[in-house]
Amino acid sequence: MSATTAGPAVVTSRLGTGARVWRFVKRHTLTAYAALAFAYLMLPIAVVILFSFNDPLGRFNYVWQGFTLDNWRNWDGVLGLREAVTTSLEIAALSTVVATALGTLMAMAIVRHHFRGRGTANVLVFLPLATPEIVLGASLLSLFITAQVATGFWTIFVAHVMFIVSFVVVTVKARLVGFDRHLEEAAMDLGADELTTFRKITLPLLAPAILAGALLGFAISIDDFVITYFVAGPTQTFPLFVWGAARVAVPPQVNVIASAIFLIAVTIAVVNVIIASLRAGRRQQGA
Amino acid sequence: MGSFLHRHRGVAPYLLLAPGLAWLTLFFLLPLAFLGYQSLQSGSFPNYAFTWEFSNYAKAFTDFRPQLMRSLTYAGLATALALLLAYPLVYWIAFRAGRWKNLFLLFIVAPFFVTYLIRTLAWLNILADEGPVVGVLRDVGLLADDGRLLATSIAVVAGITYNFFALMALPIYVSLEQIDHRLLEAAKDLYASPTQAFLRVTLPLSAPGIVAGTLLTFIPAAGDFINAQLLGTPQQYMLGNVIQSRFLELIDYPTAAALSFVLMATILVALLAYARVVGSEKLTG
Repeated sequence: MSATTAGPAVVTSRLGTGARVWRFVKRHTLTAYAALAFAYLMLPIAVVILFSFNDPLGRFNYVWQGFTLDNWRNWDGVLGLREAVTTSLEIAALSTVVATALGTLMAMAIVRHHFRGRGTANVLVFLPLATPEIVLGASLLSLFITAQVATGFWTIFVAHVMFIVSFVVVTVKARLVGFDRHLEEAAMDLGADELTTFRKITLPLLAPAILAGALLGFAISIDDFVITYFVAGPTQTFPLFVWGAARVAVPPQVNVIASAIFLIAVTIAVVNVIIASLRAGRRQQGA
Repeated sequence: MGSFLHRHRGVAPYLLLAPGLAWLTLFFLLPLAFLGYQSLQSGSFPNYAFTWEFSNYAKAFTDFRPQLMRSLTYAGLATALALLLAYPLVYWIAFRAGRWKNLFLLFIVAPFFVTYLIRTLAWLNILADEGPVVGVLRDVGLLADDGRLLATSIAVVAGITYNFFALMALPIYVSLEQIDHRLLEAAKDLYASPTQAFLRVTLPLSAPGIVAGTLLTFIPAAGDFINAQLLGTPQQYMLGNVIQSRFLELIDYPTAAALSFVLMATILVALLAYARVVGSEKLTG
């Protein structure tokens, strides 16, 4: 051990200064680049959060004027904002529940069973993911207009379920492929019927994947603008509110909501990452 | 119920699939069929009639060629840029970040936690004429004193690149992460230089991630209209902008529908061309 650690040091001391600088550059360029890239990724987020504390002089929240907490205290002070946020949350919750149920069942059918039309089902699940959102939105609106369905809350819900389902299927499928079926067989051998096995064995083991799919679906739903824009009718979601505001002037309260959503999501994700790495650590210790 | 499923095992997959497939058929396939039907209509609002009006497609190609070309070039440029920017970054996370990998991955996904429109509006702040970036570029002389970034193709491409960055980065990360480190040690043992080992081991093994990332980035980028609308001017408008305004503002459904199919067909052709290039490179490599 001591010989190997001494090795490189000896080599370095024999190298000229130029070579040593070159080695240093080579070793750290990538790290420096990574730092820059992370800064680039975080920059707009920092701007959004920073401008939630801005105290704009006129209606335009583009230039930094001064620090204030008023926007956070008075987040509700813009007409229609609270309703838009509530609608977004309601649609995201409802469509996530329905899409997660439909998607989980589909994933189980596709992974677990060999049946006629399996390939077709796979393609049908994949297609919405490969279709530009604007086409999904336009085609749904085309259908609603032809069928004379009034667009609004429920048409948004229907559209969101449609495009979240595929994400749920993909997420749950990934987990099902590596699923140890012996556990289920063992339960059945011990006298459990199929429903009991599903409830006590399959569902708990799939729970992390189902939860991941649901979280993904919720996030996509709450963020969706393009499809919602087409099928919303008079209903306002948070992204639609932002779009409307962007045509005139975006109030700093919009930054407050965006920052709050960001902070909540990041907190959930960080806690998740920490728990996962703690568990991985414990498993390594146990082994 | 359990025993029913047991006796009719062949029915089970169809029962599981039925609700989801019904939803996708009703609200994905059927609408697409209607869009196709509408794309062949003629007349003016609200009296459109189905007349096999193929001229809608011809019109889409002739009247909106600039927007179509812009969709392809902007999406292509943004995809290439995202690949160049993302690859070294996820390489660093996969091979250098040690046990903090997942935390750094979170940084890549983080922009998705800010609503799409708002992170684009944030670029409006950053690239604004009186903003810091333009100021520095003017001082260095890269931009004329009255030069601007907003309302240019640069701003639109930059916005698209940023917005779909994670879709490029994550698949590449997954493929890099799966590489067996013993292969790299073997390359080293066989006297491959780090560059050779990268070009002949790491890069080929990450190819599936690059392909997936390219597809995932290019498709939404080609259909985007938000970046062009917020960061550009009508001079930068893409096909998405035309579809959007034809559908929702001008109420010209047939043209909008035809343009939607032109967009999908163009994306398909671009992806097939890409698949050919990737495929032939694999053959020669």
